[in-house]
Amino acid sequence: MNNILQLPWLELAILIPLAGTLTVMFVRDPETARRRVLIVCGLMFACAVGAWLDFGQLHTFEAHDHWDLVTPWLGEDAVVIDELSAPLMPLAALLYLLTAVATLRTKMGRFPFTWTLFSAAILMATLSCRAPWGVIGLLALQTVPPYFELRERGRSTRVFVLHMGLFLALLAGGWALLQSSEPGSPRSIWAIGMLTAAILIRSGSVPLHCWMTDLFENASFATALLYVTPMAGAYAAVRLLLPVSPEWAMRSIAIISLVTAVYAAGMALVQREARRFFAYLFLSNSSLVLVGLEVATPIGLTGGLCVWLSVGMSLAGFGLTLRSLESRTGRISLDTYHGLASHMPSLAAFFLLTGLASVGFPGTVGFVGVELLVEGAVGVYPLVGMLVVVAAALNGIAVLHAYFRLFTGAEHRASITLQARWPERVAVLTLSALILGGGLFPQPGVHSRYHAATELIARNPHAPAPRVHAGYREPDAPVGQMVPSSASRLAERVVTAPPAPGSPSGR
Amino acid sequence: MPYEPVMRALGICVVVSPAVLLAVLGLTALLGRPLRERAITRWTHAAGVTGLVAAIAMLALMLATDQRIVQIQIGDWVNIEAEHFHFHVKFIFDRLSVPFVILTFLLCGTIGKFTSRYLHRDPGFSRFCVLFAFFMLGMIVSSLAGTIEVLFLGWELVGLSSALLVAFFQQRLNPVRNGLRVWSVYRIADAAFLIAAVTLHHMTGAGDFTGLMGTEAWPEGHATVTANQALFVGLLLLLAAAGKSALVPFSGWLPRAMEGPTPSSAVFYGALSVHLGVFLLMRVSPLFELSPLLRSAVIGLGLVTAVYAALTARVQTDVKSALAFASLTQVGIIVVEVGAGLNYVALIHMVGHACLRTLQLLRAPTLLQDYDLLKNAIGTHLPQQQTFWERTLPPEVRNWVYRLASERGYLDGLLNELVIHPFQAVFRWCDRMERRWTDLLSASRSRVSDQLDRNTEIID
Repeated sequence: MNNILQLPWLELAILIPLAGTLTVMFVRDPETARRRVLIVCGLMFACAVGAWLDFGQLHTFEAHDHWDLVTPWLGEDAVVIDELSAPLMPLAALLYLLTAVATLRTKMGRFPFTWTLFSAAILMATLSCRAPWGVIGLLALQTVPPYFELRERGRSTRVFVLHMGLFLALLAGGWALLQSSEPGSPRSIWAIGMLTAAILIRSGSVPLHCWMTDLFENASFATALLYVTPMAGAYAAVRLLLPVSPEWAMRSIAIISLVTAVYAAGMALVQREARRFFAYLFLSNSSLVLVGLEVATPIGLTGGLCVWLSVGMSLAGFGLTLRSLESRTGRISLDTYHGLASHMPSLAAFFLLTGLASVGFPGTVGFVGVELLVEGAVGVYPLVGMLVVVAAALNGIAVLHAYFRLFTGAEHRASITLQARWPERVAVLTLSALILGGGLFPQPGVHSRYHAATELIARNPHAPAPRVHAGYREPDAPVGQMVPSSASRLAERVVTAPPAPGSPSGR
Repeated sequence: MPYEPVMRALGICVVVSPAVLLAVLGLTALLGRPLRERAITRWTHAAGVTGLVAAIAMLALMLATDQRIVQIQIGDWVNIEAEHFHFHVKFIFDRLSVPFVILTFLLCGTIGKFTSRYLHRDPGFSRFCVLFAFFMLGMIVSSLAGTIEVLFLGWELVGLSSALLVAFFQQRLNPVRNGLRVWSVYRIADAAFLIAAVTLHHMTGAGDFTGLMGTEAWPEGHATVTANQALFVGLLLLLAAAGKSALVPFSGWLPRAMEGPTPSSAVFYGALSVHLGVFLLMRVSPLFELSPLLRSAVIGLGLVTAVYAALTARVQTDVKSALAFASLTQVGIIVVEVGAGLNYVALIHMVGHACLRTLQLLRAPTLLQDYDLLKNAIGTHLPQQQTFWERTLPPEVRNWVYRLASERGYLDGLLNELVIHPFQAVFRWCDRMERRWTDLLSASRSRVSDQLDRNTEIID
């Protein structure tokens, strides 16, 4: 068999944090707990990277663990790595590792070490699971740590519980209904509608997005960050909805996500507190990921998958920077200027770098992804796709607005050094290297995501017929002859004249 | 062609020299180990001189071999073969780009030298030079871009460095506010540019300029799109150019940009950055042949900008703002020239104007001393004579025009009232509704952030 990994990387990536949870659970000393969490997260990251590299050597769409103990019991989709999840697993593990690394001593007393490791194990299990009921069950389990943390902090859990309860009910109900109905029947349409609604809630689409801002308000920053940045809603969309949904469901998600992206970008601009600002910025960018996923053309889906990685990476870094600021100042108001740049220049630079990467600034990891996404969205929804550009523009303004508020505009006086500590520097430099490296050399990442996109589309029986991008020359068409396609609707709507011949050369 | 490898090497050298400068200065700063001032100055000079020499050598070779266009193909940055999606990196050396590149290196070199004294031992010296390197790279990439996507890449670099340099004196409030305003206008321009790029790509199948303008050397190319397509893309590009070059109605950001240090004001808003929009219009000038309406829009916008800026420049009370509007007057005229198809006139006008403004802005900090020298030389105050308009216009009209010019045409106020305030009002209303909704769901005050002390201070 050529689709077997050399080691049980996946099972290890799940079991190590799970075992770590048990070893940390009864530790009273925060320093000891932190040290163990660091070791566990480091091992988990190593396993996830091992799985990714190993999988890359196999040149196959999916692979299972060596000495796979789970498949005989739970089926072959229970623990599996494929082209979609291969880079997502190390990315998620890296987020946990960097969050643990960047947790300063001042935060240790309140950092939920046990719940963090538990949620890491659940996330690893989710990302390596393709079985629908397995994904649903694991998504349900993911809601447990934030819920208990909200309770422990004495905050209202109602907003979170209501939204997540509705999400899980719709998800489980929709899937059960889908299984018991004929394809194309009214019941199946209801089922897909329920699944679509569930995905929209979990992804924080307008108007059911308030749980996300509420979570950032009331949970610890690390918990909220780790709950939203892996974008489990997008993952559920690919695993559960993409294989079964007809075009109308995907299109409706894409359009609602576009509206969410613009709305959240606008909301980010009027926020008066840094966490809420971050929540909206994240919401806007993660909605763009969904747009790409649901456009379901090879280019659009490739763009969505690229933006998934870039947004996950850059906004996690952005969030960690904000968290570092919070650990020095407490909750940060955006009503006033703080002028912190002179005290923490490296954090200021990193804040700007990650923020700009998230909006697809040239030279960063997000640039090509956003280009592909715009290309894909405009190709399918000619005028509505322009909203992607509007959202990116507003997000860019929001990022610089927050940068100026936090780091400039005033002379800040402090009697102690506020410089980034070495663990924070490690986190900052690691993510910077990934953001810049991925931005300057995008081809391997794009190629891998394109391959994943084509495989996902090929496995979707409801996928729209392959499109040829407007004006792209068919391989065997004569030079200068362009192929009119659905993607050229933009030009057709705007102008009345027929498409003109152009150059055969590519972009 | 025996000279082809040499030309390729020179072309790459032109682009790589500012890129290396940015890599060296940027990475050392990011690692928290910025170079010393002297080392930064040397690197900056070396990059400027290397690039300039390579560009001049390229020009000499082009003249010697009678080549009007040299294309340097770097390759595909991103390539999805099956979808025919290529992000092709190509640089063009022609009659438009070569003068602009030489001008860029010349002025950046001058400003680099000036800065080494002007900002000597300034705490922000290293930051200035990093942003300066960003700017230089952006300008070179924009000037030489062979595809609209590469032009967009350079365009964005110029925008970011400009906004951050306006906010260079970052402990003061006004520069920061003005920096944000500049950035906001740039982002609107960028959005228009990106939409134009995508539209162009869908229309012609490529972002390549030769795909759009034909294979002839600038300015003899002929656009290969229809009149309506030219109008649509052209209007988007005109909007992008208006944002970048501060044409009406975006002119409000130009005097605000003068909050930055004098070297950056000189090289960015007096000389290079403010001409980038015009450069874009010159690059796509074959489009104007196809659409009289587009041509009229370009000429009209240029005229309105020139008249507006000429009036406004006369009532400014500080020299940098006066120079900014004087500069805008010329930019407006250059736009008219481009619209009228006088491409060579526009190019010469642009180069001459950039050099003059750089000199004037660099002299601006010593203006009072210059005036004193003049007064001492003639032994009395400078003569003040009534102008033609002062003699002929009735006082009411003069006062009205003065008020209009003094308020800078109310452009900033109009943008605030028509765009920014309604935008904020709508989203703040949404924010209040969200608060009510979450309060209702949680049956309590849901926003902890409302109860926080707004004036957060460091916990020492």
